[in-house]
Amino acid sequence: MKLQDLNSIKERVLSDVLETTETTRVLVGLATCGIASGAVPVMEKLTELAAGNEKISVSKTGCIGICQYEPIVEVITPDHQKTTYVKVTPEKAEIIFKEHLLGGVPVQDYLVGTVLPSGEDAIATCLEETIFYKKQHRIALRNCGRIDPEQIDQYIATDGYQALGKALTSMTPDDVIQTMLDSGLRGRGGAGFPTGLKWKFASGNRGNVQKYVCCNADEGDPGAFMDRAVLEGDPHAVLEAMAIAGYAIGASMGYIYVRAEYPTAISRLRIAIDQAKELGLLGENIFGTDFSFDIDLRLGSGAFVCGEETALMTSIEGNRGEPRPRPPFPAVKGLFQQPTILNNVETWANIPRIILNGAEWFASMGTEKSKGTKVFALGGKINNTGLVEIEMGTTLREVIEEIGGGIPNGKAFKAAQTGGPSGGCISIDNYDVPIDYDNLIAIGSMMGSGGLIVMDEDNCMVDIAKFFLEFTVDESCGKCTPCRIGTRRLLEIMEKITSGEASMKDLEHLEELATYIKEDALCGLGQTAPNPVLSTLRYFRHEYEAHIKNKKCPAGVCKDLLVYNINPHICVGCGLCKSKCPVGAIFGTLRKPHVINPEICIRCGTCISACRQEAVEVV
Amino acid sequence: MKAAQNIVPFSNDPAKEERLQGIIDKYKEEKGALIPVLQQAQDIYGYLPIEVQMAVAKGLDVPLEKIYGVVTFYSFFNLYPKGNYQISVCLGTACYVKGSRKVLDCLQETLNIEPGQCTTDRSFSLDTCRCIGACGLAPVMLINDDVYGRVLPAEVPEIIAKYQ
Repeated sequence: MKLQDLNSIKERVLSDVLETTETTRVLVGLATCGIASGAVPVMEKLTELAAGNEKISVSKTGCIGICQYEPIVEVITPDHQKTTYVKVTPEKAEIIFKEHLLGGVPVQDYLVGTVLPSGEDAIATCLEETIFYKKQHRIALRNCGRIDPEQIDQYIATDGYQALGKALTSMTPDDVIQTMLDSGLRGRGGAGFPTGLKWKFASGNRGNVQKYVCCNADEGDPGAFMDRAVLEGDPHAVLEAMAIAGYAIGASMGYIYVRAEYPTAISRLRIAIDQAKELGLLGENIFGTDFSFDIDLRLGSGAFVCGEETALMTSIEGNRGEPRPRPPFPAVKGLFQQPTILNNVETWANIPRIILNGAEWFASMGTEKSKGTKVFALGGKINNTGLVEIEMGTTLREVIEEIGGGIPNGKAFKAAQTGGPSGGCISIDNYDVPIDYDNLIAIGSMMGSGGLIVMDEDNCMVDIAKFFLEFTVDESCGKCTPCRIGTRRLLEIMEKITSGEASMKDLEHLEELATYIKEDALCGLGQTAPNPVLSTLRYFRHEYEAHIKNKKCPAGVCKDLLVYNINPHICVGCGLCKSKCPVGAIFGTLRKPHVINPEICIRCGTCISACRQEAVEVV
Repeated sequence: MKAAQNIVPFSNDPAKEERLQGIIDKYKEEKGALIPVLQQAQDIYGYLPIEVQMAVAKGLDVPLEKIYGVVTFYSFFNLYPKGNYQISVCLGTACYVKGSRKVLDCLQETLNIEPGQCTTDRSFSLDTCRCIGACGLAPVMLINDDVYGRVLPAEVPEIIAKYQ
């Protein structure tokens, strides 16, 4: 494979497939979220209908980004008019096929504009016309939802492997590292360490020692799925970037550590690696140079801590995935005791574009210390759940109100949680703070890998902090005491608070212990485990105090603090609740108002659903 | 739970043994081979009984205690097989106060296994779970996707008989 060959593949695929003026292209989003919503039968239906028709080609693509409205089908006509259909079923697909693909008239009822506003008078016919999309800037997700991830030719047609070609044929390894340094790219896995610096640390003694390049695809934060979307939608971008890093630091071997819970991502990565090897874009003497690079997969086995860099490497080595103290940093002694660099999937996905377009292009986006874009997985109490890629410096208000379409049912925004179990919450006071690494740290949260969970007035912040703590207690590997025992004690105090048994003294202990764990735990998992508690204490201390002093949960979530009551003026004494109560806590005689004994009541809510008069109240 | 014993006798099948040996041979010289070998061994056997761990230990020349340490660290590895019918008893508050513990005791007696284990004929495995949100039906148990509500301990043998 030479650079010219790459260009001829690109030209051929552009004219025959991606920018064809001959056929109508039909794309079906077949990432995990699409498959789970029923995209496979839609794909089969369309393929069956189009069989034998040379003017229509049906192909799969990765995540288009609007999870909630899957399955998504896009139609691109030979004049390059694009139409996006949402919530497609096999029956709707048949109608779309008849009316649009054969009849030439788009089906108005299923258009993306029926669910997402365009901000203008006309309803949006394709995703690009919606506010959801217009406010985004896609670099890491550039190919997701546009190309078939199982066709290397289509990746090549979008300038794929050109960056690797450029690096190998016209840049020195030091040039590559300098470009990374100048771009200002920081690790997208959460901690935000400058990628170029990491590479520089590992670059010494090229050619004389075995080095490794690793990709962290062990995306374990509950609520984050951008890495999965990239691997399922654009796996070659990660492979190309890893090879570039291999060239820059002088490594010949790369490992992708991907969690076993992502079977679709794993199979697409396997296909991608095989295709790249077949074309000679991985393997010996890439582009006819003396640079050789190979990539292998390692599957995780269900341990959250393996997302921590030292634990991940210990796991690849075939051990229990326990972290180890740093220094030595992986750039000095990493995998198999050799210099190693480890970057996250989203970080990798940015790199080919940086090499191709230059450091200045990348550094022109974002804020002073956080360049480029960041992908967030929007979830929780928000209208448009999905994947969004925004420029650094966008405010939370823009993300939630404009891209996210606001909060459902007219409820009020309370907080957004970023960084999952390692992060914290952003309250309404910081709604207009530009999102970047340093600002988020300053307001007591962190970028994290990019989960962004929105909470409204019905969420109890104490309960949320407890939820994340339960997660870290479950996932603590047990190696160091502050994390193994400290987080458990933290959780016990939280349980006391949410059950109304805590005193103000406990709140002091909670803060003190949280600070100790933060300072003393061995790895990132333990050091950040108290963050959800500390940050909710910082912004929602009044909620903690309400639980402790008034024995009340203001949001009405913490079960032990709720009292179920039957309103005697509404109750008709039908006895339905009494017969349904699983613990026999309701007393009364027929046709007389009933009462609930709070001592026996377990607050399961069965009586509320049983009552036809709506006489059961929660106070 | 008492110290778990593997009560499903391990029956070795020469075809499976050969596949395992093939995997061991393939990875033998590779660095960090243990976890991929264990993952593929679990694909063959469905779980990782001590006999399989011993075979891997011998094949890769890794101490058995290290293998046991790795197997018990990761949640994907199972020491016990799962049954064709996976029984799950809710031990959430509502079910507990309505006597789900007694239902569990009765299941243990009927099937002669502990939670986490599987019957010798591999038809049933028993687990416990937290609230499944069907408090009005307490106590609740699940057999695969079938939900049984208001279960009386006395009914347990009858329910099990339906699946035998």
